[in-house]
Amino acid sequence: MTDPSTGEWPGDNEPDGGSLSGQEAGGSAGNGPTERRRVIGTPPPAEARSMLGTPEPGTPGGPPLPRRRELPADPQDMPGARRAERVVVACFVIATLAGLGFIAAYLIFPVHSVLLVQHSNLALGLTMALTFLALAAGVVIWVRRLMPVVDLTEARKPLRSSDEDRAAFVETFEEGAEASQFVKRPMLRRTLIAATVPVAIAPIILLRDLGPLPRTLLDHTVWRKGVRLLNYGANTQIRPGDFSSPGGMITVVPDGYQDDFNALAKATCIIIKFGPGELQFTTADHPVPGKVVENWTVDNIVAYSKICTHVGCPAALYEETTHHILCPCHQSTFDAVRGAEVIFGPATRALPQLPMTVDAQGYLVARHDFTEPVGPSFWERGPST
Amino acid sequence: MIDRALSGTGNWLDERFHGAKGLRTFFRKIFPDHWTFLLGEIALYSFIILLLTGTFLAFFFKPSMTEVVYHGVYTKLDGVKMSEAYASTLRISFDVRGGLLIRQIHHWAADLFVAAILAHMLRIFFTGAYRKPREVNWLIGLVLFTLALLEGLFGYSLPDDLLSGAGLRITQGVLQSIPIVGTYLSFFLFGGQYPGHSIIPRMYILHVLLIPGLFLALIGAHLFIMFHQKHTQMPGKGRTNTNVVGAPMYPYFMAKTGAFFLFVFAAVTLASTFAQINPIWLYGPYNPLAISSGSQPDFYMGFLEGSLRMMPAWQWVVFGHTFAFNVFIPALLPLGLILTAAAFWPFLEQWITGDKREHHVNDRPRNAPTRTALGMAAVSFYGVLWAEGANDVIAQHLDISLYTVTWIARIAVFVVPALAYIITKRICLGLQRKDLHLLEHGVETGIIRQLPSGEFIEETRPLSEEALAKLAVPERLPLPAGRTDGEEDVPPPTMRRGVGRVKARLNKVLTETVPMNGHGPNGHGPDGHGADGDHARAALGPSADEDHDAEGGSGEHG
Repeated sequence: MTDPSTGEWPGDNEPDGGSLSGQEAGGSAGNGPTERRRVIGTPPPAEARSMLGTPEPGTPGGPPLPRRRELPADPQDMPGARRAERVVVACFVIATLAGLGFIAAYLIFPVHSVLLVQHSNLALGLTMALTFLALAAGVVIWVRRLMPVVDLTEARKPLRSSDEDRAAFVETFEEGAEASQFVKRPMLRRTLIAATVPVAIAPIILLRDLGPLPRTLLDHTVWRKGVRLLNYGANTQIRPGDFSSPGGMITVVPDGYQDDFNALAKATCIIIKFGPGELQFTTADHPVPGKVVENWTVDNIVAYSKICTHVGCPAALYEETTHHILCPCHQSTFDAVRGAEVIFGPATRALPQLPMTVDAQGYLVARHDFTEPVGPSFWERGPST
Repeated sequence: MIDRALSGTGNWLDERFHGAKGLRTFFRKIFPDHWTFLLGEIALYSFIILLLTGTFLAFFFKPSMTEVVYHGVYTKLDGVKMSEAYASTLRISFDVRGGLLIRQIHHWAADLFVAAILAHMLRIFFTGAYRKPREVNWLIGLVLFTLALLEGLFGYSLPDDLLSGAGLRITQGVLQSIPIVGTYLSFFLFGGQYPGHSIIPRMYILHVLLIPGLFLALIGAHLFIMFHQKHTQMPGKGRTNTNVVGAPMYPYFMAKTGAFFLFVFAAVTLASTFAQINPIWLYGPYNPLAISSGSQPDFYMGFLEGSLRMMPAWQWVVFGHTFAFNVFIPALLPLGLILTAAAFWPFLEQWITGDKREHHVNDRPRNAPTRTALGMAAVSFYGVLWAEGANDVIAQHLDISLYTVTWIARIAVFVVPALAYIITKRICLGLQRKDLHLLEHGVETGIIRQLPSGEFIEETRPLSEEALAKLAVPERLPLPAGRTDGEEDVPPPTMRRGVGRVKARLNKVLTETVPMNGHGPNGHGPDGHGADGDHARAALGPSADEDHDAEGGSGEHG
């Protein structure tokens, strides 16, 4: 009956085991695949009902083998089967219509404006979701209402191989090892291992050119002596007299770099104008904790790096009444009158102060670069000055 | 006619692939049922949705940082300079039919993916499904979870909008803070100083090729191992460690899981139809100078954000080198702590309990009170970090000071997990007592009967077999070197000193449970249902009884 070249089948003596068997369907009488394939909703021949068949006999030390389970009786007899079938059919029809609706929506609704996109999104999304929902609902109702309820038990064999299998494996493994002479010839072994080392390292070496070495790149910004401060956005140079009164915060960038994000990611500053006597000055010419370097300010205008010393977000919020600069990312808070010292949050260092003066034309310019690296901490940074 | 075609095809295939026997076994494979088993499926199906929608998006997305000036249909950004990545995302949203929908599906599916992984992981933990022989699959799952976080971070950074740019800036700041190698890592990833011109194309190739490739391989292994070892099952009638009870793959499981895929897809599509997500055109293109307050990342990054926000400003400078504890500790420690503990837990538990057996029937969480309590402690730790990630939003809505919120979180991150541990353990033991009551006395019927002696009793009805099976507690082992020889109070010599002593202590904590056998001080009620209790928990180790003594106060139900 079965092709001898597919020798597994005869050994597999399940009555329903050959549903894919390869003999000519027309030639086989009675037991042919034609009669074995059961269409859902038709009564199956008794011998085809088994889902598990005869359990594998003699599982060593195993539990009581599960008994042969049979599918429940004719599903047609299930109450409400006909109604359920109609519901499923309705679901599938809805899915078909919704799927067609999706195609129609794609063709009907144009895009290219916010409002049109909204309509298109709604139409496409609704039809798509409805397609999937109706299909899913149909299938679930089909399974639950039309397919017979089953609760089958399958034996679980221990994962551990039998002792004989293990012994056989060990034997095979040792035979192979013996044949390869891997153990017997140490030089062979060692040189092979040695050869794999560079092979493993080489790809990592290849990654070297992913970027330049840091060197001292993080220590400097593009600010140099005489570079004018530019009001960012308006792109205008700034005179101290432009500030009519103390107040808000202005974002400034070095003139000539206003479009260079790589420069601005470090060089961006904020300037704030204070009333007389508000700033707590030091006369030293280097940063002092809790103080503003007086010599670096112009007319009570002070410039700080805008790049938060925590992880580099722009410290963009300024509260005029308290003179607090707040970084919105992690709420590090800096006191603007006291050298942008940290008063709350995870930042450990004050925002560096940009040394400022005015040039011959009366514009605000940098005296020189920051005297310490701006932005987040890094390993090579060293102490804050 | 159809039969003949099918058998012809089957014959053709089988003569080439020898599939009949294997496929039949596959068709008959039994899948146990429980609603929590769907969580992993949600993760799997979100992943498939991500692959499908991601491919569509890749047709249109340009992973380039080249600056362009926008002149598209979104007129509010007309004339604005932006990267090609951002411009092409605008194009996908406004000029490609279905583009916005697919983009939103991709984003929602990504959120669902991580959420489902988290929920699935918790299910595995709380039911003890990670126990032997499934430890390796648990570890693969942890790797998948970590990869999912990374994949999500890269993915939502790709549009190069202002919100995700802030996230990327934070990522760079964190990378740079790592001692010794941080600066180099940052320079190599970004191709130089931040932001550079390389990060978007690099993240793109990681996002669409490398990490999805790893996902495919690991998910494949995950599923194969699950398939090979057969799924665990929840306790129930007829369900033992040596069988699998459920519906077969064909046609039941295939149909149901196929439908479930469609349900997941439909749910994500509905969310994408009605709930806007990641409207990058409102955020604007990335600009290192700009930021908006209330910048919250996608939910799964929230705990890292909160961890950064919560950390006090600690930093050391030693020999000219900066230890930025304020950055790398909160960025690496919480995840490292949770993942390391999770990775070691199955082995630690095995060592403490001495239980080297295979487990295929899951625990109900209440029946492993210490494990459940530890899990809840981890969940609440994560929860506090997560909430702190939105401390500005909380402060605004509850109208309390931002700094107060942060201080509450700084304290809560230690206190809440401890409380969660204690409370969870009490709840579990309480639930066990409730189970015990049911086992011993049956279900109260509400019928009061007067005995001839005049005494009133309430009638109870014994539990059904099904209910009994559900309540049954799997056998727990006493310590391997058990307290034998009739001297229950004297631990064996190996358990009195050093590591053995630690192990004995841990064992005592870990196996704390309400005694269910008849030898405890409680005994049984006189109603004769005690036999059920015996049946259910007959094999409890002697240590459990002692724990019960130490705990005290649980004898009232006897």
